[in-house]
Amino acid sequence: MTLDRAISGLFLLLCLIYGYTAFVTMEANLLPFELNMTFLPNTMPKWLSVLGVIIGLVVVVQTSPKAQAEIDEGEIDYRNLRQYKLAQAIFLLGLMIAYALLLRPIGFIAATTLFLAGGGMILGERNYKLLLPIAIFTAFLIWYLVQELLGIFLRPWPWFI
Amino acid sequence: MLEGILQGLEAAISLQNFIMVVAGCLLGTFIGMLPGLGPMSIIAIMIPVAIKIGDPSAALILLAGVYYGAIFGGSTSSILINAPGIAGTVATAFDGYPMARKGLAGKALTIAAIASFTGGTVGAILLMGFAPALATVALLFHSAEYFALMIVGLSAIAAFAGTGNVAKALMMTVLGLVLATLGESAQFNAPRFTMGIQDLQSGISFITLAMALFALPEALYLVLDPKRSNTGGAGGEIKDLRITKTEAKLIAPVIGRQSIQGFLIGVMPGAGATIASFLGYAVERNIAKGDEQAEFGKGSVKGLAAPETANNAACTGSFVPLLTLGIPGSGTTAILLGALIALNVTPGPRMMVDNPTIFWAVIISMYVGNVVLLILNLPLIPYIAKLLLVPRNYLIPFILFFTMMGSYIGQNNATELLMLTSMGVAATIMRFAGFPLAPMLIGFILGQMLEDNFARAMNLTDGVSFMWERPMTTALLVLAIVLIFLPSIREQLAKLRRKGVADGD
Repeated sequence: MTLDRAISGLFLLLCLIYGYTAFVTMEANLLPFELNMTFLPNTMPKWLSVLGVIIGLVVVVQTSPKAQAEIDEGEIDYRNLRQYKLAQAIFLLGLMIAYALLLRPIGFIAATTLFLAGGGMILGERNYKLLLPIAIFTAFLIWYLVQELLGIFLRPWPWFI
Repeated sequence: MLEGILQGLEAAISLQNFIMVVAGCLLGTFIGMLPGLGPMSIIAIMIPVAIKIGDPSAALILLAGVYYGAIFGGSTSSILINAPGIAGTVATAFDGYPMARKGLAGKALTIAAIASFTGGTVGAILLMGFAPALATVALLFHSAEYFALMIVGLSAIAAFAGTGNVAKALMMTVLGLVLATLGESAQFNAPRFTMGIQDLQSGISFITLAMALFALPEALYLVLDPKRSNTGGAGGEIKDLRITKTEAKLIAPVIGRQSIQGFLIGVMPGAGATIASFLGYAVERNIAKGDEQAEFGKGSVKGLAAPETANNAACTGSFVPLLTLGIPGSGTTAILLGALIALNVTPGPRMMVDNPTIFWAVIISMYVGNVVLLILNLPLIPYIAKLLLVPRNYLIPFILFFTMMGSYIGQNNATELLMLTSMGVAATIMRFAGFPLAPMLIGFILGQMLEDNFARAMNLTDGVSFMWERPMTTALLVLAIVLIFLPSIREQLAKLRRKGVADGD
């Protein structure tokens, strides 16, 4: 099964669940006075789910498993991911999740410095004397811009300060 | 009227107001470059400053400058790192970013600056001439027509995805529309499809989705394939800044058409720069011939000039309903309306008579703002383009960081970052399989507006009969259907012609 057929299959499944929610669950939760109204919260989802199922079926049927689909220049051949820097990409995604979880507890400055320096290191930067000052400087600069100039609150320090 | 224009000219050219324009444009450009801070938020942030100024003309001039600057700044991040910070510049990234990857970042920025300048200036001229007349026409458009217009926009985008891809593009459009229904619903304020998760109650934010669909997959591609960072060498070739004569000839008609089309779309309340830029792109792509059409999406100068012209012209156009009727056509003009009222000016039909100085000063300052923007930005372009020369080890973490800041600042919610990462991974996988991502974002952006207008139209006619009872709506809907089936009909015809069957005569 090709990747695009798998994705369109998933889309079809999503539309069926979405449609079930719109036609059955949401319909059952309507209030008595709503029954006479023209437009309901589930009107648009109903239309969309029907449309989605039709289009999903078309895409599933249409995608022919091309033997060796040509990969455009600049595109990535997903059948052969090992030839790319997959580990770096996964580590960076992990770092992003860590940033999301740590941003509140350890504060903006520390989290950002760690993220920028860590990201550089994952990508193979070993010149720490340059990397660290740049990371710290950027963290302070952005914090100053966002909080002091624009007035959008960003907690700068860890929770204990 | 002439007297009013002269008064406005006098007000706009005073030293204080000139400084306001320059300051507004500069501030707008720099803040607009940060993804996540669009014109709407920047203007909202500037309102206290504007009110402190006190003089309504000066304050409005400052805000108008910020508005233009922010839109140009947004184009910069779309072109350089494929991170459209605002909906209006999403279409700019379609061709602007491929150009930057080919090493033509400087040229792309120049085209963007010139296209924006022309769009804005032509818009301002049209605004001066037709403001009162256009306001009445715009009111003829009811919710039914808006609904149909959005359907046309969505199907146009899907139809131009290229032969064989129309179904895939439609699928992504529907997915975008489905995502737009998450959270509180139109008119009822009841949570839908949230699966009991509190963070989904307010829906998915536009900026998070935009970053997840464009910037994050691109950054991941850069990580996966280091060769990608080198192609073309990006900056450096500042000599490529100039537009050649052939290119100028190519884009001149595009800019001309889109200035007018963009302005007219901008005039209609509720349409605005976003729809103008998408429709502009779609129209230009459809009327381009053969090779030129194939270029679209791969770094076509036409494809870059069209949305850039249209969105600036539409921004100017959106001032028509604001200044003449007091109806804000977009989120940004709604905030401007708030600022105007705070400054004790009530926009509406009487404004031209009661406050001619303010009315004309704002319009004149639009010209000045456009000129200032061009003069400020052209010399800066080589330096902005140099951004791409930053070594990969530094550039990629910074792109990722700015993507996250974009979605974090708006909501101040760290869950947004987890959503960003997971949707970004999903988007990357879809990109692997060759699904176009732009239609999904467009579906998402238009979804809310589509549902609101659909609801209003249905409530007015007590059902879906408005689809065939209102001629303009019917015509637009038929056009939408034709657009979807056009590519496959064209393909069939081409096939027949190749076999020699269609050449009857």
